[in-house]
Amino acid sequence: MVLSVASGKGGTGKTLVATNLALSLKDRFRVQLLDCDVEEPNAHIFLKPEVTGRAAVCIPVPVVDEEKCTHCRLCAEVCAYRAIAVLTNRVLVFPQLCHGCGACAYLCPEHAIAEQGKEIGVVEWGHSDGVDFVHGRLSVGEAMAPPVIRMVKQRIDPDKVAIIDVSPGTSCPVVESLRGSDFCLLVTEPTPFGLNDLVLAVEVARKLSIPCGVVVNRAGVGDGKVEEYCARESIPILLTIPLDTRIAGLYSRGQPLVEGMPEWRPRFLDMFDAILDRSGVRVKPATRSGQA
Amino acid sequence: MKELVVLSGKGGTGKTSLVGCFAALARSKVLADCDVDAADLHLLLRPSVRDKTEFWSGHAASIDREACTRCGLCESVCRFDAVKDFTVDPLACEGCGFCVRVCPERCIVMKERMAGHWFVSDTRHGPLVHAQLGIAEENSGKLVTVVRNQARVIAKKENLAHIIIDGPPGIGCPVISSLSGVNLALLVTEPTLSGMHDLDRVLDLCRHFDVPAMVCINKYNVNEENSRRIVEQCGARGIEIAAQIPFDKSIIEALVRGLAVVEYSPNGVTGLINALWENVLKRLETEEATHADL
Repeated sequence: MVLSVASGKGGTGKTLVATNLALSLKDRFRVQLLDCDVEEPNAHIFLKPEVTGRAAVCIPVPVVDEEKCTHCRLCAEVCAYRAIAVLTNRVLVFPQLCHGCGACAYLCPEHAIAEQGKEIGVVEWGHSDGVDFVHGRLSVGEAMAPPVIRMVKQRIDPDKVAIIDVSPGTSCPVVESLRGSDFCLLVTEPTPFGLNDLVLAVEVARKLSIPCGVVVNRAGVGDGKVEEYCARESIPILLTIPLDTRIAGLYSRGQPLVEGMPEWRPRFLDMFDAILDRSGVRVKPATRSGQA
Repeated sequence: MKELVVLSGKGGTGKTSLVGCFAALARSKVLADCDVDAADLHLLLRPSVRDKTEFWSGHAASIDREACTRCGLCESVCRFDAVKDFTVDPLACEGCGFCVRVCPERCIVMKERMAGHWFVSDTRHGPLVHAQLGIAEENSGKLVTVVRNQARVIAKKENLAHIIIDGPPGIGCPVISSLSGVNLALLVTEPTLSGMHDLDRVLDLCRHFDVPAMVCINKYNVNEENSRRIVEQCGARGIEIAAQIPFDKSIIEALVRGLAVVEYSPNGVTGLINALWENVLKRLETEEATHADL
């Protein structure tokens, strides 16, 4: 089963929910945590994984052989991203603009264009006390998160419970992370900002035909409009986490909630049972003997 | 004219709440909400829309199923897995047009899509340029550029001193578009390990694009030891701390009423936010004007 944790608004508690759910489930199921917030990945701060593997994420960018090039300009013409400019006797490539589609290399009549990998980020994987861990990290200065997200998601194991920590927002990185999920948890806070962005996130989930449920974090501040909205739209609120200085303190120090306050573990387990009910997905219980 | 962008890396640190305060405190400015896929500044500024413009951007391929001979070449060349069963998934299509070029039947066309709207509005604190990217659309960076260009046009026309930009979280495409060429970035962080990790990356981004930065620690009392570490680490990097603001529920009470906290209560954090704006203003004056003035 693939379960995404998203939000629209940033800082509502996606990583809090994703990491604590993973830690709560690890004794019952085989669990993976995949951090797809590759611009600002944070799950490793809480899970402190032992990293056992690492791969660069490269996108293929064109390299032009000036000997063969006749400066016919076809490459510049086909490039939808203006990543190639052809001067009278020289070709300029702008790797930052290239999406790696490969059209220029394939279509060049002189076969003068080869492709070379350009590193835009890394994917790292390992494990953390019974949880499989994968995250991606976009290099500083690079604009395109989706290729890094795609490579993180290639490591999804369909036999496990795969929990995806999604970046905030509603645009391409979020769509790339959510695509293919069986269920989406939307974490929000009971403020006008939280509600505004929750509505947008619900629309994204609906557009992708993914059933969703809501987690209300920092309950006790703001107003009751998030609850009203969820009732009106028949979206279940599956967990409510209060505004609590002890929870904020644990979070600030990178300590998982279910370790500092173990009474939260059964609440995350109950939430997962509700998700299984609603999504209709069956998950095999863990058969492994003992913990790593 | 000087441009200030407010960024954070991590979401939810208080960017928009502070920009709402700056809107109330700055005398001569235009506001630009560049968090185009989850815009929130309008909830504080309650704009009345002067102009609404469609944002046409990005293309998606579309296959004419009548003419298609199901040769499968389009599917085999597409690197974005956007073609399945001779149909294009517009959410996966990156608009490269490779399939259009190779189709032997010439039965694939690129269709431009309406990817959102942008607005020029009036607010009680002056003009606001904002936008709404369509749900699950791409090209947020391009829409950010449209919003910033429009803000510059207004600032020039109305002879306004500052453009104040509310930026998106993260460090990717829309952040780079919000940051490039501004005079100063104010980075709002919180004293959590996540906030600190993300601040570090957004500081690296500012250095990468050669943009001067100041840091504001919000909710500093959530973990005072971490706040001290942020002050130390910024000191080591030569980054000025513009303010340290405690957690204050009145910021949310004000928000529920559609107000910035400086408009809602003269007590609590309001004095600190006034001082923060003065610090930012002083620093902006020392930074040289950029190409935005040309």
